Amino acid sequence: MSPKTETVPRQAMREQPPQERVGNFNEVPLGYTEQQALAEASRCLQCKKPKCIEGCPVAVDIPGFIALVQEGKFAEGARKIKETNVLPAVCGRVCPQETQCEVLCVLAKKSDPVAVGRLERFVADWEREHNVVERPHTAPPTGKRVAMIGSGPAGLTCAADLAKLGHEVTVFEALHEMGGVLVYGIPEFRLPKKILREEIDTLREMGVKLETSAVIGKLATIEELMTEEGFDAVFIGTGAGLPHFMGVPGENLMGVYSANEFLTRSNLMRAYSFGEKADTPIARGKRVMVIGGGNVAMDSARTALRLGADKVILAYRRSRDEMPARAEEIHHAEEEGIEFHLLTVPVELRGDERGWVTSAIMQKMELGEPDDSGRRRPVPVEGSEYEEPIDVAIIAIGAGANPLISSTTPDLETNRRGYIVSDPETGATSIPGVYAGGDIVTGSATVIEAMGAGRRAAAAIHQYLLGTKAEGQPTADA
Amino acid sequence: MNEIIAKEEIAPSTYGYDIYHPRIAKKRKAGQFVIIRTHDGGERVPLTIVGSDVQAGTVTLIFQAVGHSTKELAQLGVGDRLLDMAGPLGKATHIENYGKACVMGGGYGTAPVLPIADALKEAGNDLIGIIGARTKELVILEKELGAICSRLEVATDDGSYGHQGFVTDVLQKLIDEGEKIAFVLAVGPTPMMRAVSNLTKTYGTPTMVSLNPIMVDGTGMCGGCRVEVGGETKFACVDGPEFDGHEVNFDLLMKRQGTYKAEEQQASDHAAHCRVGLEAAR
Ligand SMILES: Cc1cc2nc3c(=O)[nH]c(=O)nc-3n(C[C@H](O)[C@H](O)[C@H](O)COP(=O)(O)OP(=O)(O)OC[C@H]3O[C@@H](n4cnc5c(N)ncnc54)[C@H](O)[C@@H]3O)c2cc1C
Ligand SMILES: Cc1cc2nc3c(=O)[nH]c(=O)nc-3n(C[C@H](O)[C@H](O)[C@H](O)COP(=O)(O)OP(=O)(O)OC[C@H]3O[C@@H](n4cnc5c(N)ncnc54)[C@H](O)[C@@H]3O)c2cc1C
Ligand code: SF4
Ligand code: SF4
Ligand code: FES
Repeated sequence: MSPKTETVPRQAMREQPPQERVGNFNEVPLGYTEQQALAEASRCLQCKKPKCIEGCPVAVDIPGFIALVQEGKFAEGARKIKETNVLPAVCGRVCPQETQCEVLCVLAKKSDPVAVGRLERFVADWEREHNVVERPHTAPPTGKRVAMIGSGPAGLTCAADLAKLGHEVTVFEALHEMGGVLVYGIPEFRLPKKILREEIDTLREMGVKLETSAVIGKLATIEELMTEEGFDAVFIGTGAGLPHFMGVPGENLMGVYSANEFLTRSNLMRAYSFGEKADTPIARGKRVMVIGGGNVAMDSARTALRLGADKVILAYRRSRDEMPARAEEIHHAEEEGIEFHLLTVPVELRGDERGWVTSAIMQKMELGEPDDSGRRRPVPVEGSEYEEPIDVAIIAIGAGANPLISSTTPDLETNRRGYIVSDPETGATSIPGVYAGGDIVTGSATVIEAMGAGRRAAAAIHQYLLGTKAEGQPTADA
Repeated sequence: MNEIIAKEEIAPSTYGYDIYHPRIAKKRKAGQFVIIRTHDGGERVPLTIVGSDVQAGTVTLIFQAVGHSTKELAQLGVGDRLLDMAGPLGKATHIENYGKACVMGGGYGTAPVLPIADALKEAGNDLIGIIGARTKELVILEKELGAICSRLEVATDDGSYGHQGFVTDVLQKLIDEGEKIAFVLAVGPTPMMRAVSNLTKTYGTPTMVSLNPIMVDGTGMCGGCRVEVGGETKFACVDGPEFDGHEVNFDLLMKRQGTYKAEEQQASDHAAHCRVGLEAAR
């Protein structure tokens, strides 16, 4: 390849300046201009054996789409990605590229990798903003019906793939809006909801039926869907939405939230416009402490700041190197003035006579031997406690499996921690015709991994539906 | 779906709605609730399912217009649609034949008692009912409960109807008279459920109460509805809403219910202000 590629540096993306953006909920990165996209695309060496693809859980044809960008064929570039990834505008924004596709880019060895995510975002936005989004082709109806439970990235991807193959798909979502974590968890300033809604509209245009406020396990069980409602197969993509608490004294004080509640109030219920466009309240703390070190913690901290906090502390029990959040989010949080209190953990929350949280008793930690996750285990330092005044605490230490489905589906095998056991290649569960994927199988992971699981399951469900047809076995509705 | 088929003002500021949702109508069991929204941007409001008509495909809700969202709900009329309604949520009431059971309702809390009373009756229980309200005109469902209970007592705080005093006074009187009550179910304002639980505890009578902490999703996803029962944290929307009254930390529940007092005030002031504005404009 020509050496000219070395002379073009990795293109930075324009962003709202930190002082300005902490006062609004608008998106922080503003995206590439066409010139920037062309410059960035020119850096790609079009490797014969592209390493980058191996890092992408859905194997996006990275050099393929970048070649189209190089030619200025932006919409074509977006369509190339959509062959394997139905939500490029979302993934370009939220994938942890630094540990997935970009980390393996050959350029990363000598200088900076190609900004795959930013280019992905650029082409998807370009296609949408120029109104040239094409509805994917759908095969003639097969007469088979499939139910998706949950409308997160896993369910939406599985739905899209099955609809393309001609199956009749219904998505059942417990909340009043489609999108899973993408709508209730990830804040507007990272993923504008408008983008997601447009992606979901595409699904609707493909004939996918979308049923909100449908809590499966309560409104109907999986068995009922298959016997009474005539679904031939079911995909479970219910996510890992059960919030974990720390189990320390004072955790039920007022002003103490799970990250799920805090983010749901702010995002899904739009509590940031309470009193204007929304009726759901949220506590707007002045001194907020977020406990945790992942994306969820960063999102909570940055949301609290935008709701008007003077000081936001992020307390994490390990060191910075162990923080599971995306590098870009940690960077953004620091730029905005979030204070990181590393190697500290609250051991108690204290409140006033009304029952409102007023302080956290913090303990310092040091790193000991590695634990089963390979990360060094934090151990408390004796006598290191101190008191930190706060008026809101947000607990973002992880989430588990919601038992709504497993407790109402007797034959569904789950593991010790309540996650559904399913074949990693096909998503098949212990019940014939029932598949599962995404966070409800793996525990909290990433958007693109959930999408990968949805795709694999769609392929397997397609086989299953054809198989039962070919062998003339009785299907659920026969 | 979600269309209001019938509306009735059953007491001042207390309304009964029949809402078309055949799937919930078919599936619901005593003790369960729904979460509704009236409009985009509206709150998710939990309301107990009071009954359903499987043939007509309707679900009955009874609510009191106490604040911003319930007042908005009260503005709707026959033919209007709720924006969404999710359910049936929560665990169904555990029903068994206790022999003689006492069902107690306070204020609008009398409404959720009705389906449970029905189910208890069906299971063979001999039922005593005690319902209470601040004043005579707020007493609801007397006729309906009267038809199920072998004995129904009414109490009003101001003595304008039935016994003067609280439902607990009546319960005490029945116990003193020698009624052998094997089980008590109480639904109403939190102080009432606490008072009932305190009383029955002294007699060791098993008592269930239906808690109404502030909720958001109602599916176990947010933990906002957490309550303390027997020293353990539970999510009322999925583990309840009914719990052993002798184990509930009522103090904590009442505090948490007050979390958004200032905002609720703001919302209702704002609404009142808007209405004044509207009237002035007319
Ligand atoms: C705040 C936050 C920030 C994150 N940031 C990132 C990021 O930057 N990058 C990244 O890659 N990943 C991120 N993640 C992780 C990522 O969002 C998840 O891994 C991904 O969304 C999992 O997708 P899913 O389809 O398995 O489930 P989910 O997205 O969790 O969706 C599951 C859906 O199922 C619904 N549901 C549950 N039970 C039922 C039922 N019984 N009936 C009907 N519906 C039901 C739920 O309401 C929900 O809408 C973040 C997660 C959170 C919480
Ligand atoms: C499981 C359950 C079943 C219920 N069943 C009924 C019923 O059958 N009939 C009825 O009239 N009411 C019922 N309620 C209470 C009803 O949901 C509240 O009255 C309503 O949400 C108040 O909203 P508001 O905006 O009108 O009043 P606000 O002025 O906002 O609040 C008034 C009071 O209602 C409570 N409240 C506020 N928001 C919520 C919320 N999101 N979730 C729960 N409580 C809240 C608070 O404690 C507050 O002090 C039930 C509540 C629960 C949790
Ligand atoms: S989907 Fe994510 S991991 Fe795959 S190429 Fe795009 S940004 Fe990279
Ligand atoms: S590894 Fe890097 S340079 Fe090579 S094709 Fe992929 S993005 Fe382009
Ligand atoms: S209301 Fe969110 S967990 Fe119960």
